[in-house]
Amino acid sequence: MTDYNQFLSKTVIDLPPSGIRRFFDVASKMENVISLGVGEPDFVTPWNIRDETIASIEDGYTSYTANPGLLELRQEISNYLNNRFKIEYNPENQIIVTIGASQALDLAFRALLNPGEEVLIIEPAFVSYPALVKLAGGKPVQVGTSAENGFKVTPEQIEAAITDRTKAILICSPNNPTGTFLNKADLEKIAHVAMKHNLVVITDEIYAELTYDEEYTSMASIPGMYERTITINGFSKAFAMTGWRLGYVAAPVPIVQAMLKIHQYTTMCAPHMLQHGAIEALRNGKEQVSEMKRSYRRRRNFIVTSLNDIGLDCHTPGGAFYVFPSIKNTGLTSEEFAEELLKKERVAVVPGNAFGKSGEGYIRCSYATSMEQLQEAIVRMERFLQSLNINKEQLALEK
Amino acid sequence: MKLTKEELEVLYILEENHRQSTEVIAKQLQMSEEKVEKIIKKLEQNKVIVSYPAIIDWSKVEGQENVIAMIEVNVTPKRGVGFDEVAERIYRFPEVTSVYLMSGSFDLSVSVEGKSLKEVATFVSEKLSTIESVVSTRTHFLLKKYKHDGVIIEGKENIDRRMVVTP
Repeated sequence: MTDYNQFLSKTVIDLPPSGIRRFFDVASKMENVISLGVGEPDFVTPWNIRDETIASIEDGYTSYTANPGLLELRQEISNYLNNRFKIEYNPENQIIVTIGASQALDLAFRALLNPGEEVLIIEPAFVSYPALVKLAGGKPVQVGTSAENGFKVTPEQIEAAITDRTKAILICSPNNPTGTFLNKADLEKIAHVAMKHNLVVITDEIYAELTYDEEYTSMASIPGMYERTITINGFSKAFAMTGWRLGYVAAPVPIVQAMLKIHQYTTMCAPHMLQHGAIEALRNGKEQVSEMKRSYRRRRNFIVTSLNDIGLDCHTPGGAFYVFPSIKNTGLTSEEFAEELLKKERVAVVPGNAFGKSGEGYIRCSYATSMEQLQEAIVRMERFLQSLNINKEQLALEK
Repeated sequence: MKLTKEELEVLYILEENHRQSTEVIAKQLQMSEEKVEKIIKKLEQNKVIVSYPAIIDWSKVEGQENVIAMIEVNVTPKRGVGFDEVAERIYRFPEVTSVYLMSGSFDLSVSVEGKSLKEVATFVSEKLSTIESVVSTRTHFLLKKYKHDGVIIEGKENIDRRMVVTP
């Protein structure tokens, strides 16, 4: 038999499979599952955006676009970033439209990293980050945070992880999986460390529109940070356009031009017709975004209160559509908890350790699902927790 | 009537689904149940909340497939009472499910529900057309409901097409 490992890259062989993947395989074969495991909006893309895209196909927009995307779209992105976050990027040479924010991250790491250079990843973090750094030849360095601090990173935690090979810090606010929101003061602390150690900050702002309590501040708008910040955003979460795979990156000219080199050789450009939909989203999507946001906010409040009521300690996250309750008092590991809950009550959640070591003892619950489903999920979870308590009592008796 | 942000939030929730318990509404808005109840009571008393009907697809229920007609009615308004008097005379009939005063080429838009085509036709010719101020009527029978009061009756979008677990 052929040993395919001899054909494959060592980097790829060594990449661990995503912890979520395994869970998906189990859950997708079951019936009557309520899923709190979905990392995307439960809304369908607003019709006007779809309609505009269909029209662009009808009108024959099927060719390539310029490598960084349609100038018209880059202009809209530039306007949006300026109006919304007070950061100025020239649409001519500072913005690239990418295949999802994921590709923007990939471009950023590949453009920045020499072999062995380190990127600090604030954990718990999106599952792709460490893999993307490794694929770019770099070394991901996990910086764990804790629930006591609302999963916010402290300057001390960052500084402790810095070495002479550290190149960049990657932040994501609001965060997947914790929902943690970094306000201006939090960003300033991180910015201070970045400037002191001459680091680049890559900021994944894909959930920026989904913040519920405080005004959003973009890292690049912090004084002194613009020149060392790579701003990544996209259409997936705000406009419910996950399947479109459309994101963008904005940064200082030399960084964007380096990323553009990679983009033009690997991807050419984002799909032409979809870019027309994105223009419509930025021009006329504001109303729908705020409606969806209002709906997420209500569901967040409901799930946080309910989880605490049934005995799972859960902080109120400032954004995204995730909550990250502790399951430590059950005595189970994250994976055991998630697996048992799925088996016994058919509720799918994602074990926290899938997002890094500091996620152990927690589960990620997405509340991007209907209120009816959320209510039923809470009923089932409460029943599950009660059955665990009974087991515990029995064990104690047997002892 | 000027409403507070909280009162508005309660209305948005009820408009979407009024069968949610006050407990669930309270949790969504981080309010006490008493407060939610107080707000709802106030909005009911002020007739901001008029009623709580359900949207029912009667066409699915055997023996209940009603005939619905939308009728454009032209009337002669009366001095002093305008359109109100004739509108009132029309909406008092239980067969009439809605009456709107419209701008444009006709005056009143009247919806009528009946058990059969004949029943509706009889109503129009014998009851509606004979009202003194009614000048003319144009009756349109409804063939299929696609969307009603903001709700798509049976859409492709009502299906969740997402995978069960995604990062």
